[in-house]
Amino acid sequence: MRHLLSTKDLSRDEAVAILDIAEDMAGVADREVKKLPALRGKTVVNLFFEDSTRTRVSFEVAAKRLSADVINFSAKGSSVSKGESLKDTAQTLAAMGADAVVIRHSASGAPRVLADSGWIDAGIVNAGDGTHEHPTQALLDAFTIRRRLHGPDARGKALDGVTVTIVGDILHSRVARSNVWLLTTLGATVSLVAPATLLPVSTAGWPVGVSYDLDAAIDAGPDVVMMLRIQAERMNAAFFPNAREYSRQWGLDDERAARLPAASIVMHPGPMNRGLEISANAADSPQSTVLEQVANGVSIRMAVLYHLMSGSDA
Amino acid sequence: MTARQVLQQADIARALTRISHEILESNRGSEGLVLLGIPTRGVLLARRLGAILEDVPVGSIDVTMYRDDLAKNPTRAPSPTDIPAGGIDGKTVILVDDVLYSGRTIRAALDALSDLGRPRAVRLAVLVDRGHRELPIRADFVGKNLPSSADERINVRLSEIDDSEEVTIL
Amino acid sequence: MSIRITGVQLPDGTRKDLFVDDGVFVDSVSTGSTSVSADGLIALPGLVDLHTHLREPGYEQSETVLTGSRAAAIGGFTAVFAMANTMPVQDTTGVVEQVQSLGERHGYVTVRPIGAVTAGLAGERLSEIGAMAQSRAQVRVFSDDGHCVSDALLMRRALEYVKTFGGVVAQHAQEPRLTLGAQMNEGALSSELGLAGWPAVAEESIIARDVLLAEHVDARLHVCHVSTAGSVEVIRWAKARGVKVTAEVTPHHLLLTEELARGYDSRFKVNPPLRRDEDVLALRAALADGTIDIVATDHAPHPVESKDCAWDEAANGMLGLESALSVVHAAVVASGQLDWSDLARVLSAKPAEIGLLAGYDAPFAIGSPANFTLYDPSATRTFATSDLRGKGLNSPYLGRELPGRVIATVHNGYATVLDGELVDAAAVAKEAHHG
Repeated sequence: MRHLLSTKDLSRDEAVAILDIAEDMAGVADREVKKLPALRGKTVVNLFFEDSTRTRVSFEVAAKRLSADVINFSAKGSSVSKGESLKDTAQTLAAMGADAVVIRHSASGAPRVLADSGWIDAGIVNAGDGTHEHPTQALLDAFTIRRRLHGPDARGKALDGVTVTIVGDILHSRVARSNVWLLTTLGATVSLVAPATLLPVSTAGWPVGVSYDLDAAIDAGPDVVMMLRIQAERMNAAFFPNAREYSRQWGLDDERAARLPAASIVMHPGPMNRGLEISANAADSPQSTVLEQVANGVSIRMAVLYHLMSGSDA
Repeated sequence: MTARQVLQQADIARALTRISHEILESNRGSEGLVLLGIPTRGVLLARRLGAILEDVPVGSIDVTMYRDDLAKNPTRAPSPTDIPAGGIDGKTVILVDDVLYSGRTIRAALDALSDLGRPRAVRLAVLVDRGHRELPIRADFVGKNLPSSADERINVRLSEIDDSEEVTIL
Repeated sequence: MSIRITGVQLPDGTRKDLFVDDGVFVDSVSTGSTSVSADGLIALPGLVDLHTHLREPGYEQSETVLTGSRAAAIGGFTAVFAMANTMPVQDTTGVVEQVQSLGERHGYVTVRPIGAVTAGLAGERLSEIGAMAQSRAQVRVFSDDGHCVSDALLMRRALEYVKTFGGVVAQHAQEPRLTLGAQMNEGALSSELGLAGWPAVAEESIIARDVLLAEHVDARLHVCHVSTAGSVEVIRWAKARGVKVTAEVTPHHLLLTEELARGYDSRFKVNPPLRRDEDVLALRAALADGTIDIVATDHAPHPVESKDCAWDEAANGMLGLESALSVVHAAVVASGQLDWSDLARVLSAKPAEIGLLAGYDAPFAIGSPANFTLYDPSATRTFATSDLRGKGLNSPYLGRELPGRVIATVHNGYATVLDGELVDAAAVAKEAHHG
């Protein structure tokens, strides 16, 4: 694997291999010396055209635990916002000798453009592009589900037969897109729940079920409920009338959370709007994996960086 | 060219028994010993030694992340590292591997060990020592010294994961 | 300049010799004239592009009247209508006359400026349509291309006011609110790629409104770059009702589909966007049955930096002049949907008629202006930047195998292209002014 641009490109074996490597990486966090020398002498650039402290820090910790040198190139507020292009930035990073570029960009497909451009000969990791994909988030979600279901015996396993319901702003969610491809590749059954305004106009070709009714989806007793963040600007653009109505129809409130089977898990990619798409109780319940997701993010990103940057094809 | 068998099942068993005696002798008993196998077959050999020695904790130590040739080979999937409950601090760790060759794997294992704790002493046990060292490393316990040329292949097969039990040279 | 073309095939399939003297077709010429043996070549009437962006004045880093004219000539064109979105905008007599005279000075093609419908293309009040119509440039086509005249009342007034001067409004049909931030055709693929959708209904709803307005005020309407099967249905319905509507399709909408957006290569970003397979098939059928009247290029050159970036950040538009004839050949002639006389109609006679451009109604007739191109239909080439003659490199066809090749182009009786290469600019300008 040269780049990680989309979970759609991942085969089941590749995905399981990354999850397995992440299992090994997870052990490092518990050690006295939280560091492996695997990427010593390699340079990872975090190229963030969009603010995301959590994702950037997660990648930074991951790269450092593998002993890589990390350069944070926050393009916001730098020359990029003054009109320096993706191309110029990429060529600058190439000149500095970057071995991998972790890119976050507001434009869908920007990581692909970078990977195909010839401007830079480095492994490209998509850390979220526009409303397209966020592959490492989906991988860490899959990892979190797998660990909850299989515990210490998770290694080598996929997610066959697991039912996952993703709720919220599917239309604008790169997390949803990456999860749709990855979770179904791993054998899970995925359904999407949202008002029609927040669903893509067509999901033809998506291996998912789609519905508008969260209550029916809850009563179906899914193994996993994944709540997506609602951005404030969606309200102003008339995707739904107001927060109160959204919360009443599509929020995981206490009453809905109580109706979930005890073994179901509740996920959220963060940051959460408590009281809007998820109630505080649901977010903090033992069923919630929100904090595990954050911890697992580091393991997954270590696995991805290792997978991309070690080996003679890197 | 056909493979030539250099150790049979009984030879392997004898070698392991002898090594376990030597370990006990040099350690004056089993006190403070920890056996750590290097994946894949070193782990199996460590378990067999553990069964002979009794009461000695057995674990595994993956060295993939510590190799100095990561960039020169296709990506290697790491194996689990499993340190026994008592840890390794202050213990006498016996590293166990199937074949000792360049010494680079053992170098990586020593680095990995130092990130996991501080043993009192580290010893090395191998089933076969085939020579051609590239680093100043030697084994404390050797099942069989097997002078070989660099273009020969030594294959260790163990019944736990292979369909036979033998050491061959090709 | 006198020219003798021997053994050429005309669009109707007949073979004959053509003679040109003093700018028009004649019965014969004396020896000593330029002579072209045209065995195996087809003579097509000079192509007319009703939709070109020449970018001058204001955006000379993208294209100039000269470079765009050269791109047109190598593509077999002898006349182009230059869209109004220059800087300053072609919304006053001064600007349209400047563009017109730049075209005349260089002489590769006839350049007819299109006037803006609204001042500054701002969509608020009408531009000086009467003044532009009565200027030396005699503007007859008015368009806010790139911007839709979305205000229904303003569009009604524009249709009525342009009718007053015998012109036509060419509408870029795009409901602006339905296409906020739009990046590509809206559908399953845009959903997957996470690119904001440009729904077909945003085009179709404006066309439906405009044909009804045109009917109500009995004015002519021309619909730019029709891109969807639904738009074809609306136009077919309007024509059946007798509405005075004409429509164009671009070469790229006849050949390329939205699938090309999959790699986020912004060379394929264009407005209206590339659509689905079924749209392409409907557009081809509509061109064949006359529902769509003409092919127009929407030639839109951009500097490299406007395309060397992420898809969202890239400019809309693709080159068209140099490749149009080959692309139409590949899309509808090779399949037999159009024959060469149909192609002559949709790329020459009809666009000239819509744009009220004289001299294209009786091609090859003795006494008619000698505007034509010689085309080798049996050639094939892998289209490359070396086939481009304008300033832009943003062709969607680079690396694609295309049929045919322009061997010669004659504008007003003098050659602009000979032996497949442009005639020197000074020589063309000299002939243009001599004539």
